[in-house]
Amino acid sequence: MAERLFKNIGSRGLKGAVKGSEYRKEAFISYGILLIGYILLQLGAMTGLIGRNLQGQFVPICVYVSLAISLNLVVGISGELSLGHAGFMAVGAFTGILVAKILERSMSINPLILIIAIIAAALTASIAGFIIGIPILGLRGDYLAIVTLAFGEIVRNFMNVLYFGFDSNGKLRFAFNHTIEGVDTSDRIITGAIGATGVTKMASFTAAALLTAFTLFVVLNLKNSKQGRAIMSIRDNRIAGESIGLEVRKYKLMAFVVSAALAGMAGCMFGLNYSTLAPVKFNFNTSVLILVFVVLGGIGNIWGGMIAAALLTVLPEALRQFADYRMLTYAIVLIVVMICTYNPTIKARVGLFVDKFKPKKKKSGKGKTGKEAA
Amino acid sequence: MKKNWTKFLVVALSVMMVFAMTACGGGSSDGGDDAAEGGAGVLHLGGTGPLTGPAALYGNAVKNGAELAVNEINAANPDGLQLSWDMQDDEHDAEKAVNAYNKLVDDGMQVLIGSVTTAPCTAVAAEAYANRTFVLTPSASGPAVTDGNDNVFQLCFSDPNQGIASAEYIKNNYADKTVGVIYNNADNYSSGIFDKFKSEYESDGKQLAAVEAFSDDANADFTAQLNSMKNAGVDLIFLPIYYTPASNIMTQAAKMGYAPTYFGVDGMDGILDLEGFDTNLAEGVLLLTPFTPYSEDAKVQEFVKAYEDAYGETPIQFAADAYDCVYTIYDAFQKTGLGADASMDEICEALIGVFTGGDFTSSGLTAESMSWNAAGEVDKTPKVCVIEDGKYVEK
Repeated sequence: MAERLFKNIGSRGLKGAVKGSEYRKEAFISYGILLIGYILLQLGAMTGLIGRNLQGQFVPICVYVSLAISLNLVVGISGELSLGHAGFMAVGAFTGILVAKILERSMSINPLILIIAIIAAALTASIAGFIIGIPILGLRGDYLAIVTLAFGEIVRNFMNVLYFGFDSNGKLRFAFNHTIEGVDTSDRIITGAIGATGVTKMASFTAAALLTAFTLFVVLNLKNSKQGRAIMSIRDNRIAGESIGLEVRKYKLMAFVVSAALAGMAGCMFGLNYSTLAPVKFNFNTSVLILVFVVLGGIGNIWGGMIAAALLTVLPEALRQFADYRMLTYAIVLIVVMICTYNPTIKARVGLFVDKFKPKKKKSGKGKTGKEAA
Repeated sequence: MKKNWTKFLVVALSVMMVFAMTACGGGSSDGGDDAAEGGAGVLHLGGTGPLTGPAALYGNAVKNGAELAVNEINAANPDGLQLSWDMQDDEHDAEKAVNAYNKLVDDGMQVLIGSVTTAPCTAVAAEAYANRTFVLTPSASGPAVTDGNDNVFQLCFSDPNQGIASAEYIKNNYADKTVGVIYNNADNYSSGIFDKFKSEYESDGKQLAAVEAFSDDANADFTAQLNSMKNAGVDLIFLPIYYTPASNIMTQAAKMGYAPTYFGVDGMDGILDLEGFDTNLAEGVLLLTPFTPYSEDAKVQEFVKAYEDAYGETPIQFAADAYDCVYTIYDAFQKTGLGADASMDEICEALIGVFTGGDFTSSGLTAESMSWNAAGEVDKTPKVCVIEDGKYVEK
């Protein structure tokens, strides 16, 4: 089932990348959504039309949008099902917090600390992606999904026993036990399952939006490059790709590592947006949530994933008025949207409706309507 | 190029939908004040806690306990200051808790009672500190909650203070016992209590006869730890742990024919309801808990009855904590002399003044004459219960 899904979308996506105009259209829409979203939200915040509740979600929205874009690189463009995206996010988040805590002792320019922390997060997350990617990218389909799932859990459990703190000389020390040698309990900065506390909030909406733009830039350009086409051709037909001399592992690893690095950066932004961060945040549910964004937006459809991520992040908050029925309503909305997005009848209806507004130019094919419905 | 416009329309509509939904959320809440408009106005209390998910038991207890207190106060004095109470779900998640807090601020909350659990409360406390909201948490006991936040106060004992209170109680009442400790060194709650217990207990020359640790992955077999206790001649074991591993310890000790006195903290609360555990083994267990529904205290009896009538279940400690929080805030607010129309930050500064003023005390279900220090920690007499005939009996 899943493979068929990938194949269907795959052939379409590849065509899209080969044609320059399709690429320009995708980039135009994606950047457009980001820009318009940013301006509208910023205006709303300035004029006071948007309350604290939504304003407080600006950064998480950008983070989840970035995560959806980066996961789309693995799931949509490289065609591998990954269930460990939250693991990379965790690596990035805790690296970022650690780096920020260290830098804070000698620097006071928060934006600069934020940038350095994000770069460090990208580095460690890509190393994690590389280490995990080498052995597992030989696996396919469900097997890869299971291993990435396990990876996410391993990262979380590792964080659960990881302790960092400064000793009396200001030297950073770590341990896998709650007592770190030479470190007073109050000088610990990352404490196992409790996670990090007392984090300085450095993330801002502008910074997060810039990060999303950067993520978009990397993914779209990779998709439209020679390497991107190689990645997609391997997705569509591995044997054909190998027969023309493409190194399958290299290209799969490339997509995986880039995606991991971008997830790490988003994780860092997320970590530096709250005063406390516990490893339990990065459990299986978060990985699945990001995958839901991607699937709901249409696998391989970058801007679809962006909209899905933004809407689904805001939705649980918007449903607070339902009080006790909030979670129930959320689930129902999710199911209805899923059914509507993938239901051929509804897709056809929406397609007809949309076609009405299109210029006479010859109809641009059947498979398209999924995007509009998203 | 025109084709893109349709897509933009879709996008624009989506964005507008988000706006519309949030606008709805903001608008409808204005009608949410269920308290009748009294002469002295309405003070809006808000809370965040896990109403769904694995920790929902705690959040719902706080929600109900506070609701009960609010209804009592409103009914007792319809012409005086009225309270309103809005509890938002945070799913025991820091991110959701901040969202819930922001939503409450949007809706005009003036004082926050919460969050219920430590990690969300730590995140909310930082936001509330920057935004100047007064916070009184019924149950978030971690030290990170109050650390550096002058606006955050705890109604429960903080973890370190539980250790100190336990050590003092044991020293005063069981001076002749040989004391040992088994604790979970992978758990901050447990190790936080233990650290302070040890330093307090050993502060005047006494020594712990034996200290043994375990971790979450090895919490089934305690033979080694128990043998160590037995060999050291320990006849009182302090267990700053949750009730599940504690039940294993009791079962295995009984098998070994070893029968020390056990002393637990609030994590032990719940051991009598554990399935598959022979509650006879828990007979004589001492535990430090602020509240027991079996207390003979008239106030507690009244509360338990009202709670059972309203919600059909026996209240747990969290409900009592929340109940006390509401009364404490109510009393403290009267002292500030502010009107109910005062802004959130005015109330915050005034309440901080009252709480740290030195002469403010509050009595409730969980303790008599509680007072607070500037760090936000509560000072109250710990209550120790002993399990007799399958019930908690106050010592």
